[in-house]
Amino acid sequence: MGIRFILMVNKQGQTRLAQYYEYLTLEERRALEGEIVRKCLARNEQQCSFVEHRNYKIVYRRYASLFFLVGVDNEENELAILEFIHLVVETMDRHFGNVVSTFPSCELDIMFHLEKAHFMLEEMVMNGCIVETSKSNILTPIQLLDKAS
Amino acid sequence: MAGPSLMDSLFQRSLDDLIKGLRLHQPTSESTFISKSLDEIRREIKSTDPQTKSTALQKLNYLHSLHGLDMSWAAFHAIEVISSQNFQQKKVGYLAASLSFHSSTDVILLLTNQLRKDLSSNNVFEVSLALECLSMICTVDLARDLTPEIFTLLGSTKSFIKKKAIATVLRIFEKYPDAVRVCFKRLIENLESNDVGIVSAVMGVFCELALKEPKSYLPLAPEFYRILVDSRNNWVLIKVLKVFSKLAILEPRLAKRVVEPICEHMRRSGAKSLVFECVRTILSSLSEYESALKLAVEKVREFLVDDDPNLKYLGLQALSVVSLKHLWAVLENKDLVIKSLSDDDPNIKLEALQLVMAMVSEDNVHEICKVLISYALKSEPAFCNEILGSILSTCCRNVYEIIIDFDWYVSLLGEISRIPHCQNGEEIEKQLIDIGMRVKDVRSELVRVGRELLIDPALLGNPVIHRILSAAAWVSGEYVELSKNPFELMEALLQPRTILLPPSIRAIYVQSAFKVLIFCLYSYLFPDEAVASSPSLPVDLDPGVTSSISPKEFSESSDVVVTEPLADREMDEGFNPRDISQSLEDVSVGNGGDTVIAHEQTSCSATLKKDYFTQESIVKLLDLVERTLCPLMGTHEVEIQERVGNIRGLTELIKQELPEFLVHKERNVEGVKVKALEIVKLMHDAFLEELGPVSTSAQERVPIPEGLMLMENLGDLEGICGDIQLPIPSQFCFGMPHSGGRESTSLFNQQTDEESETSYECTSLLAEHRKRHGLYYLPSEKLETISNACPPAKDPQQSDDLNDDGQDLVKLTEQSLVPKKKPNRAKPRPVVVKLDEVDGITIAVSKPESKDYLISGAVREVLLGNEVSSAQHKLPDKSSNKRREKDKLDIDQPSDTKENLANVGKSETSTSKKSKHHIPGKERKHKSSRKNADEREDVQKDKTKSGHHNPRHKARQRADDNVDVIAQTPVIPDFLL
Repeated sequence: MGIRFILMVNKQGQTRLAQYYEYLTLEERRALEGEIVRKCLARNEQQCSFVEHRNYKIVYRRYASLFFLVGVDNEENELAILEFIHLVVETMDRHFGNVVSTFPSCELDIMFHLEKAHFMLEEMVMNGCIVETSKSNILTPIQLLDKAS
Repeated sequence: MAGPSLMDSLFQRSLDDLIKGLRLHQPTSESTFISKSLDEIRREIKSTDPQTKSTALQKLNYLHSLHGLDMSWAAFHAIEVISSQNFQQKKVGYLAASLSFHSSTDVILLLTNQLRKDLSSNNVFEVSLALECLSMICTVDLARDLTPEIFTLLGSTKSFIKKKAIATVLRIFEKYPDAVRVCFKRLIENLESNDVGIVSAVMGVFCELALKEPKSYLPLAPEFYRILVDSRNNWVLIKVLKVFSKLAILEPRLAKRVVEPICEHMRRSGAKSLVFECVRTILSSLSEYESALKLAVEKVREFLVDDDPNLKYLGLQALSVVSLKHLWAVLENKDLVIKSLSDDDPNIKLEALQLVMAMVSEDNVHEICKVLISYALKSEPAFCNEILGSILSTCCRNVYEIIIDFDWYVSLLGEISRIPHCQNGEEIEKQLIDIGMRVKDVRSELVRVGRELLIDPALLGNPVIHRILSAAAWVSGEYVELSKNPFELMEALLQPRTILLPPSIRAIYVQSAFKVLIFCLYSYLFPDEAVASSPSLPVDLDPGVTSSISPKEFSESSDVVVTEPLADREMDEGFNPRDISQSLEDVSVGNGGDTVIAHEQTSCSATLKKDYFTQESIVKLLDLVERTLCPLMGTHEVEIQERVGNIRGLTELIKQELPEFLVHKERNVEGVKVKALEIVKLMHDAFLEELGPVSTSAQERVPIPEGLMLMENLGDLEGICGDIQLPIPSQFCFGMPHSGGRESTSLFNQQTDEESETSYECTSLLAEHRKRHGLYYLPSEKLETISNACPPAKDPQQSDDLNDDGQDLVKLTEQSLVPKKKPNRAKPRPVVVKLDEVDGITIAVSKPESKDYLISGAVREVLLGNEVSSAQHKLPDKSSNKRREKDKLDIDQPSDTKENLANVGKSETSTSKKSKHHIPGKERKHKSSRKNADEREDVQKDKTKSGHHNPRHKARQRADDNVDVIAQTPVIPDFLL
């Protein structure tokens, strides 16, 4: 399993999206998120985007007010994960608009459309493996769904 | 609680309302709002209206994933919502399931039918939802029951579904290995798909499988190779590279084939992620291919000079992968690595530090430590301690392997101790004492460093440094004869601020003070002998003595000095100090460098000596001791109290008898026995006894003497000891002059202290005691063998060093690059006592074992068992494994005819690499006949080359009785390209 979890966290450290690809209890999740967020948010823009934590490698990137954090196992290619994060952001940006640019709307978009965000991630990642990297392919089902409702 | 009313449905809060509400509330009142909402949800979720129910579940999903609320209680409701006809509602239900279900969710079985229905649905989105959910929550039962559906979906014509089915398969295999029999073939077929998405998904699956147990996937190497060469999708290539980095280690010929395409990607690609993956693959698995390695290291350098901290970090990490095998790669980038030590990013700094430590060798250890210390002083406390910690651990590796100049190292330790925030006190303490015991030549420097630490009252206020002070105190006491000013040392040990020390360390201070006191008294009372017994002292009577002995000592210093006569001499009244000095060679410092120092100091030390050990100074010393230690008699700490008691006993005795002694001394009367005198001599000799490092296995290696029953009840021993009040005080003076004698490395020599106040009759009593109860002692000749087993000062590397000296000049030219060579030293490396027989023994024991381990078929079977279980993910199932293998074999043949890569490989090996990327389609027809010939050849090669894993395959094949053995054998070379 390449990707173990994906987190989106705002500057205050509040989780805005959490997708785990392995089962952790609520307490474990809370502890893990707390530790990781503390570690990553303390770092500045000039520092590298990789943090080792427990048996995970955390690859993170900050866009506007949101931190995108991906926990991967040791074998994973960090740069590819950075590209993946960028892909997620671009995809969300294409769908919601302005994820990258404006605070606070990007955070709000994800908050109010959490299900859609999950849906997008489900199109991209299954079982910890990246299965789709084309933005239009990822968004097609969501757009169809939007039209239907 | 009342059931959901119509009102609830009509006025239900939507998810948006909930979120808005949450945003309106302050963090303080948020929890009450959440619990209120939760009450609503609990009510609404029981509604018969599906929309109300699903909205309630939707809100619960939100609260669960962002506010960490438990939603396991709603599992059944989630299943209800999943069964809805409405897609939106179904989606909410599936999301709830994938967020909250896990293997112990009991209602999960109720989902089986619904999943089956949705997996077979005509609506691809429903299928997709079901697949996504299944990939998250799959249990053994679900996997077993739904394998047929997944198999069908693997053959779907819609790539949207197919790729999701492929991704789900991984989880299915994990839970239910038997599914491999059914699905594996279809999975492999998809490797040849033209759809990048499909290939990407399949490679994802194989990448995960191969990482866990690569060997089983060697047969698929041709398919992977084709993807490596043909694919232009970076995501896919990265996965393929990961697979090859595992496979290449297993099969050298495969490595040879893939190295060129990988280099090609590295040169061609503009994608940093792909380049990095190539670099990592080459560094970790293909580093023996020099040109590839060079290219990879070039790329690493590009990363290191980049401004992007990410690339810098990864570059450093890549170097550390290769640092063990190819240190030159690190050395080539030394400048950049050192520069990274001052990076802003602590993660980069740590990586750089590790690399710097990997570069340390005996030639550059001074230089590197100097640089590192200067970095440490500039760094924040955490990183400072990282640096200090790695210096310490690197330098003490393999019994201080890289340290040549111990004087330098010891003063470095002193320097490190004084660095603020230094948290490594414990390690420094350990090393100071360890070096003291192992390296004789460095002891005078050790004592000097110890003195500097002890005399500084400011250090006592810093609790972090207490451990180091304890080592300094011990060293100063143990090697007090090397101290330039014992009186000053005594003052330092007894200074008032020692009250700040914890009791255990204070006890060490007191004990050291005791040793210093004994030394001073002895030097005063027996001036001639004191000088003789420590010839290298600055307080040297005649420089000629030292210099005449030293060369001899040097040549003999590696020999174990057996000083049997010492015991006898002990009883003699007037013995020759010269004899003693020779028999105590162990103690003396014996190399040319130190002799020079001794010479230089002789003139002043002669006067010093006169000044030191006068009656006046001794009396002052005794006063000081009495004055400062008496108050400690009342302490509650027994360790301190006991030691203080010992010292007081001695000082009182001395004070009583000192006048008497002085009278004798003035009259130059020989042979007058003064009690105190005897004790001082006894104690001094006891303290002179050298402490050596003790191997961890020392206890076990003491042979059990004949006739000794270890299980015997020793209760009667008490009775025996009872009638002899004073047990063997001179045990330490007798017999055992080398390190084996005093086994204990503990800082305390309690026994000796307690016995210090015993009567001088003890020697004769001991003899008597021995005669009577010889049973309880180890026979003397046995003792000999034991102590020979722990040679105190024999360094087997010494001879190597000498041999290497000749080649120094030759090697000097490559100095900057080659780490493992000896420099042209001005000063030879001092002897370091190594308990190498420990290693010797463990090797002797473990070697045949490990060989057996490798060779014996039985163990291999265990190995096979392990692998099976790991491949099957906790569900060892031999039959499935067989089947899997068989499937693979079945696949292999057709795929071979289809895609002729294997043949390419073979034609190449047989025609010695004519062209590399030539794929001969025409050759297909002649294949079978040629193949067999080639294969036989390959099998032969295989046997010689990779005999290690081949037998395993055979074992497996043999186990598989369904498959014809002859038909199978050729399969091996097939996948080797």
